[in-house]
Amino acid sequence: MSAIDGKALILALSALGAGLAMIGTLGTGIGQGIAAGKAAEAVARQPDAQNDIIRTLLLGDAIAETSAIYCLIIALILIFANPLVRLL
Amino acid sequence: MEFFPKVVFVFPLFGMNIPVTETVVVTWGIMAGLMIFGYVAGRNFEKIPRGLQNAVEILYEGLESLLKSTMGEGSEGFVPYIGTLAMFLFVANLIGLLTFRPPTADLSTTLALAGITFVLTQYEGLKRKGIVGYIRGFFEPLPFMAPLNIIGQIANPVSLAFRLFGNILGGMIIMNLIYSVVPVLIPAPLHFYFDVFAGILQTFIFIMLTMTFVASAAD
Repeated sequence: MSAIDGKALILALSALGAGLAMIGTLGTGIGQGIAAGKAAEAVARQPDAQNDIIRTLLLGDAIAETSAIYCLIIALILIFANPLVRLL
Repeated sequence: MEFFPKVVFVFPLFGMNIPVTETVVVTWGIMAGLMIFGYVAGRNFEKIPRGLQNAVEILYEGLESLLKSTMGEGSEGFVPYIGTLAMFLFVANLIGLLTFRPPTADLSTTLALAGITFVLTQYEGLKRKGIVGYIRGFFEPLPFMAPLNIIGQIANPVSLAFRLFGNILGGMIIMNLIYSVVPVLIPAPLHFYFDVFAGILQTFIFIMLTMTFVASAAD
Protein backbone atom coordinates (compact mmCIF):
# COMPACT_ATOMS: atom_id res chain seq x y z
CA MET A 1 0.00 0.00 0.00
CA SER A 2 1.44 3.30 -1.05
CA ALA A 3 1.80 6.10 1.48
CA ILE A 4 -1.05 8.59 1.59
CA ASP A 5 -0.14 12.11 0.61
CA GLY A 6 -0.92 14.63 3.39
CA LYS A 7 -2.74 16.98 1.05
CA ALA A 8 -4.88 14.20 -0.36
CA LEU A 9 -5.83 13.14 3.17
CA ILE A 10 -6.82 16.69 4.09
CA LEU A 11 -8.88 17.10 0.92
CA ALA A 12 -10.63 13.77 1.40
CA LEU A 13 -11.52 14.49 5.01
CA SER A 14 -12.59 18.03 4.08
CA ALA A 15 -15.01 16.63 1.52
CA LEU A 16 -16.36 14.31 4.21
CA GLY A 17 -16.59 17.24 6.62
CA ALA A 18 -18.47 19.31 4.04
CA GLY A 19 -21.04 16.53 3.76
CA LEU A 20 -21.31 16.20 7.53
CA ALA A 21 -21.69 19.97 7.94
CA MET A 22 -24.86 19.84 5.88
CA ILE A 23 -26.48 17.59 8.54
CA GLY A 24 -27.02 20.84 10.43
CA THR A 25 -29.72 21.79 7.94
CA LEU A 26 -31.90 19.09 9.49
CA GLY A 27 -32.90 21.37 12.33
CA THR A 28 -33.87 24.16 9.94
CA GLY A 29 -36.02 21.75 7.96
CA ILE A 30 -37.88 20.61 11.05
CA GLY A 31 -38.27 24.17 12.32
CA GLN A 32 -39.60 25.52 9.03
CA GLY A 33 -41.98 22.57 8.81
CA ILE A 34 -43.39 23.36 12.25
CA ALA A 35 -43.69 27.05 11.34
CA ALA A 36 -45.50 26.23 8.08
CA GLY A 37 -47.86 23.87 9.94
CA LYS A 38 -48.70 26.56 12.48
CA ALA A 39 -49.23 29.07 9.67
CA ALA A 40 -51.66 26.66 7.98
CA GLU A 41 -53.56 26.34 11.27
CA ALA A 42 -53.64 30.12 11.62
CA VAL A 43 -54.98 30.58 8.09
CA ALA A 44 -57.64 27.92 8.74
CA ARG A 45 -58.74 29.79 11.86
CA GLN A 46 -58.56 33.29 10.37
CA PRO A 47 -58.66 33.27 6.56
CA ASP A 48 -58.93 37.08 6.51
CA ALA A 49 -55.44 37.49 7.95
CA GLN A 50 -53.82 35.31 5.27
CA ASN A 51 -51.54 38.01 3.85
CA ASP A 52 -50.17 39.01 7.24
CA ILE A 53 -49.67 35.37 8.21
CA ILE A 54 -47.78 34.57 5.01
CA ARG A 55 -45.56 37.62 5.44
CA THR A 56 -44.76 36.71 9.04
CA LEU A 57 -44.12 33.10 8.00
CA LEU A 58 -41.65 34.13 5.30
CA LEU A 59 -39.84 36.46 7.69
CA GLY A 60 -39.64 33.77 10.37
CA ASP A 61 -38.46 31.20 7.85
CA ALA A 62 -35.74 33.58 6.70
CA ILE A 63 -34.45 33.91 10.26
CA ALA A 64 -34.68 30.17 10.91
CA GLU A 65 -32.79 29.55 7.69
CA THR A 66 -29.70 31.36 8.95
CA SER A 67 -28.22 28.27 10.61
CA ALA A 68 -28.72 26.22 7.45
CA ILE A 69 -27.00 28.95 5.43
CA TYR A 70 -24.05 28.90 7.84
CA CYS A 71 -23.82 25.11 7.31
CA LEU A 72 -23.81 25.69 3.55
CA ILE A 73 -21.11 28.37 3.83
CA ILE A 74 -18.92 26.04 5.94
CA ALA A 75 -19.37 23.25 3.40
CA LEU A 76 -18.54 25.60 0.52
CA ILE A 77 -15.43 26.91 2.29
CA LEU A 78 -14.24 23.35 2.97
CA ILE A 79 -14.66 22.43 -0.70
CA PHE A 80 -13.64 25.59 -2.61
CA ALA A 81 -11.47 27.67 -0.28
CA ASN A 82 -10.00 25.11 2.06
CA PRO A 83 -7.97 26.87 4.76
CA LEU A 84 -6.48 23.61 6.08
CA VAL A 85 -4.39 22.76 3.01
CA ARG A 86 -2.33 25.91 3.52
CA LEU A 87 -1.29 24.69 6.99
CA LEU A 88 0.78 21.83 5.53
CA MET B 1 -17.03 25.07 -11.82
CA GLU B 2 -16.27 28.62 -10.86
CA PHE B 3 -16.77 29.51 -7.21
CA PHE B 4 -14.88 32.77 -7.21
CA PRO B 5 -15.95 35.41 -9.74
CA LYS B 6 -13.74 35.64 -12.82
CA VAL B 7 -11.41 38.61 -13.21
CA VAL B 8 -12.53 40.39 -16.37
CA PHE B 9 -9.68 42.92 -16.66
CA VAL B 10 -7.00 44.49 -14.50
CA PHE B 11 -7.25 48.20 -13.82
CA PRO B 12 -3.90 49.93 -13.16
CA LEU B 13 -4.13 52.61 -10.46
CA PHE B 14 -1.19 54.34 -8.72
CA GLY B 15 1.17 51.53 -9.66
CA MET B 16 -1.14 48.87 -8.26
CA ASN B 17 -3.05 46.48 -10.46
CA ILE B 18 -6.62 46.30 -9.25
CA PRO B 19 -8.46 43.22 -10.52
CA VAL B 20 -11.98 44.05 -11.72
CA THR B 21 -14.21 41.00 -11.34
CA GLU B 22 -17.30 39.92 -13.19
CA THR B 23 -19.35 41.04 -10.16
CA VAL B 24 -18.29 44.67 -10.56
CA VAL B 25 -18.89 44.68 -14.31
CA VAL B 26 -22.38 43.15 -14.00
CA THR B 27 -23.23 45.50 -11.10
CA TRP B 28 -22.30 48.52 -13.22
CA GLY B 29 -24.39 47.12 -16.05
CA ILE B 30 -27.40 46.75 -13.74
CA MET B 31 -26.84 50.26 -12.38
CA ALA B 32 -26.75 51.70 -15.91
CA GLY B 33 -29.89 49.78 -16.82
CA LEU B 34 -31.77 50.98 -13.73
CA MET B 35 -30.66 54.58 -14.31
CA ILE B 36 -31.89 54.47 -17.90
CA PHE B 37 -35.16 52.92 -16.69
CA GLY B 38 -35.52 55.65 -14.07
CA TYR B 39 -34.87 58.37 -16.63
CA VAL B 40 -37.31 56.93 -19.19
CA ALA B 41 -40.01 56.19 -16.59
CA GLY B 42 -39.71 59.53 -14.79
CA ARG B 43 -39.16 61.77 -17.81
CA ASN B 44 -42.64 63.19 -18.26
CA PHE B 45 -45.14 62.52 -15.49
CA GLU B 46 -48.66 63.68 -16.17
CA LYS B 47 -51.67 64.35 -13.99
CA ILE B 48 -53.56 61.50 -15.63
CA PRO B 49 -51.14 58.55 -15.85
CA ARG B 50 -50.88 56.38 -18.91
CA GLY B 51 -48.61 53.68 -20.19
CA LEU B 52 -45.42 53.18 -18.20
CA GLN B 53 -46.41 55.73 -15.56
CA ASN B 54 -49.23 53.41 -14.42
CA ALA B 55 -46.79 50.57 -13.80
CA VAL B 56 -44.35 52.82 -11.95
CA GLU B 57 -47.11 54.23 -9.76
CA ILE B 58 -48.34 50.74 -8.89
CA LEU B 59 -44.77 49.80 -7.91
CA TYR B 60 -44.37 52.92 -5.75
CA GLU B 61 -47.74 52.65 -4.04
CA GLY B 62 -47.28 48.93 -3.36
CA LEU B 63 -43.93 49.65 -1.73
CA GLU B 64 -45.36 52.54 0.26
CA SER B 65 -48.22 50.43 1.66
CA LEU B 66 -45.76 47.62 2.51
CA LEU B 67 -43.60 50.16 4.39
CA LYS B 68 -46.59 51.57 6.23
CA SER B 69 -47.83 48.15 7.31
CA THR B 70 -44.36 47.08 8.49
CA MET B 71 -42.93 50.26 9.98
CA GLY B 72 -46.07 52.22 10.80
CA GLU B 73 -47.12 55.70 9.65
CA GLY B 74 -44.52 58.34 8.92
CA SER B 75 -42.08 55.96 7.23
CA GLU B 76 -42.44 57.39 3.71
CA GLY B 77 -38.89 58.72 3.90
CA PHE B 78 -37.56 55.20 3.51
CA VAL B 79 -39.33 54.50 0.21
CA PRO B 80 -36.37 55.67 -1.96
CA TYR B 81 -33.82 53.50 -0.14
CA ILE B 82 -36.04 50.41 0.11
CA GLY B 83 -37.19 50.90 -3.48
CA THR B 84 -33.63 51.13 -4.79
CA LEU B 85 -32.67 48.05 -2.79
CA ALA B 86 -35.68 46.11 -4.06
CA MET B 87 -35.11 47.03 -7.71
CA PHE B 88 -31.36 46.36 -7.59
CA LEU B 89 -31.73 43.02 -5.79
CA PHE B 90 -34.59 41.93 -8.05
CA VAL B 91 -32.55 42.52 -11.20
CA ALA B 92 -29.32 41.23 -9.65
CA ASN B 93 -30.90 37.96 -8.50
CA LEU B 94 -32.65 37.33 -11.80
CA ILE B 95 -29.75 38.27 -14.07
CA GLY B 96 -28.48 34.70 -13.82
CA LEU B 97 -31.22 33.85 -16.32
CA LEU B 98 -29.36 35.94 -18.91
CA THR B 99 -26.22 33.78 -18.38
CA PHE B 100 -24.49 36.50 -16.33
CA ARG B 101 -23.12 35.69 -12.90
CA PRO B 102 -25.45 37.25 -10.31
CA PRO B 103 -23.59 40.00 -8.37
CA THR B 104 -25.33 38.80 -5.21
CA ALA B 105 -23.42 35.49 -5.49
CA ASP B 106 -20.39 37.46 -4.29
CA LEU B 107 -20.01 38.11 -0.58
CA SER B 108 -18.59 41.60 -1.27
CA THR B 109 -21.88 42.81 -2.77
CA THR B 110 -24.13 41.40 -0.06
CA LEU B 111 -21.85 42.56 2.77
CA ALA B 112 -21.80 46.06 1.28
CA LEU B 113 -25.59 46.17 1.06
CA ALA B 114 -25.96 44.80 4.60
CA GLY B 115 -23.40 47.37 5.74
CA ILE B 116 -25.53 50.21 4.33
CA THR B 117 -28.54 48.79 6.18
CA PHE B 118 -26.47 48.50 9.38
CA VAL B 119 -25.38 52.15 9.21
CA LEU B 120 -28.95 53.22 8.49
CA THR B 121 -30.21 51.19 11.45
CA GLN B 122 -27.66 52.67 13.86
CA TYR B 123 -28.24 56.20 12.53
CA GLU B 124 -31.99 55.81 12.93
CA GLY B 125 -31.57 54.54 16.49
CA LEU B 126 -29.24 57.44 17.31
CA LYS B 127 -31.62 59.98 15.78
CA ARG B 128 -34.76 58.68 17.45
CA LYS B 129 -33.37 57.99 20.93
CA GLY B 130 -30.66 60.61 21.21
CA ILE B 131 -27.06 59.81 22.11
CA VAL B 132 -27.80 59.03 25.77
CA GLY B 133 -30.77 56.81 25.01
CA TYR B 134 -28.81 55.07 22.25
CA ILE B 135 -25.93 54.18 24.58
CA ARG B 136 -28.31 53.27 27.39
CA GLY B 137 -30.06 50.89 24.98
CA PHE B 138 -26.98 48.66 25.03
CA PHE B 139 -27.12 48.30 28.81
CA GLU B 140 -30.70 47.09 28.95
CA PRO B 141 -32.22 45.12 30.55
CA LEU B 142 -29.13 44.53 32.72
CA PRO B 143 -25.76 46.34 32.49
CA PHE B 144 -23.63 43.20 32.16
CA MET B 145 -25.54 42.23 29.02
CA ALA B 146 -23.85 44.99 26.99
CA PRO B 147 -21.46 42.60 25.15
CA LEU B 148 -24.40 40.40 24.17
CA ASN B 149 -26.33 43.41 22.86
CA ILE B 150 -23.35 44.59 20.82
CA ILE B 151 -22.83 41.11 19.34
CA GLY B 152 -26.54 40.97 18.59
CA GLN B 153 -26.32 44.26 16.69
CA ILE B 154 -23.34 43.08 14.64
CA ALA B 155 -24.85 39.66 13.95
CA ASN B 156 -27.82 41.23 12.15
CA PRO B 157 -25.98 42.56 9.07
CA VAL B 158 -23.71 39.48 8.98
CA SER B 159 -26.64 37.09 8.87
CA LEU B 160 -28.41 39.37 6.38
CA ALA B 161 -25.41 39.27 4.04
CA PHE B 162 -24.75 35.54 4.41
CA ARG B 163 -28.41 34.65 3.88
CA LEU B 164 -28.61 36.37 0.49
CA PHE B 165 -25.14 35.22 -0.54
CA GLY B 166 -25.71 31.61 0.52
CA ASN B 167 -29.09 31.33 -1.15
CA ILE B 168 -28.01 32.75 -4.50
CA LEU B 169 -24.63 30.99 -4.57
CA GLY B 170 -26.21 27.70 -3.45
CA GLY B 171 -28.78 27.93 -6.24
CA MET B 172 -26.05 28.75 -8.75
CA ILE B 173 -23.90 25.78 -7.68
CA ILE B 174 -26.84 23.36 -7.77
CA MET B 175 -27.78 24.59 -11.26
CA ASN B 176 -24.15 24.15 -12.39
CA LEU B 177 -24.12 20.58 -11.02
CA ILE B 178 -27.40 19.78 -12.78
CA TYR B 179 -26.07 21.23 -16.04
CA SER B 180 -23.00 19.03 -15.78
CA VAL B 181 -25.20 15.90 -15.38
CA VAL B 182 -28.11 16.60 -17.76
CA PRO B 183 -27.46 19.65 -19.93
CA VAL B 184 -30.81 19.58 -21.77
CA LEU B 185 -34.51 19.87 -20.89
CA ILE B 186 -34.30 19.03 -17.15
CA PRO B 187 -32.62 22.30 -16.00
CA ALA B 188 -35.26 24.54 -17.61
CA PRO B 189 -38.06 24.05 -15.01
CA LEU B 190 -35.53 24.04 -12.18
CA HIS B 191 -34.53 27.60 -13.14
CA PHE B 192 -38.00 28.65 -12.04
CA TYR B 193 -37.29 27.46 -8.53
CA PHE B 194 -33.61 28.28 -8.07
CA ASP B 195 -33.48 31.54 -10.00
CA VAL B 196 -36.96 33.05 -10.23
CA PHE B 197 -38.62 31.86 -7.01
CA ALA B 198 -35.56 32.02 -4.75
CA GLY B 199 -34.45 35.31 -6.30
CA ILE B 200 -37.76 37.08 -5.76
CA LEU B 201 -38.20 35.56 -2.30
CA GLN B 202 -34.72 36.65 -1.19
CA THR B 203 -35.32 40.17 -2.52
CA PHE B 204 -38.53 40.35 -0.50
CA ILE B 205 -36.87 38.93 2.62
CA PHE B 206 -33.92 41.32 2.38
CA ILE B 207 -36.13 44.42 2.20
CA MET B 208 -38.51 43.05 4.85
CA LEU B 209 -35.63 42.42 7.26
CA THR B 210 -34.15 45.85 6.50
CA MET B 211 -37.49 47.45 7.36
CA THR B 212 -37.83 45.35 10.52
CA PHE B 213 -34.32 46.23 11.71
CA VAL B 214 -34.83 49.94 11.10
CA ALA B 215 -38.24 49.88 12.77
CA SER B 216 -36.92 48.00 15.80
CA ALA B 217 -33.97 50.40 16.12
CA ALA B 218 -36.37 53.29 16.45
CA ASP B 219 -38.15 52.00 19.53
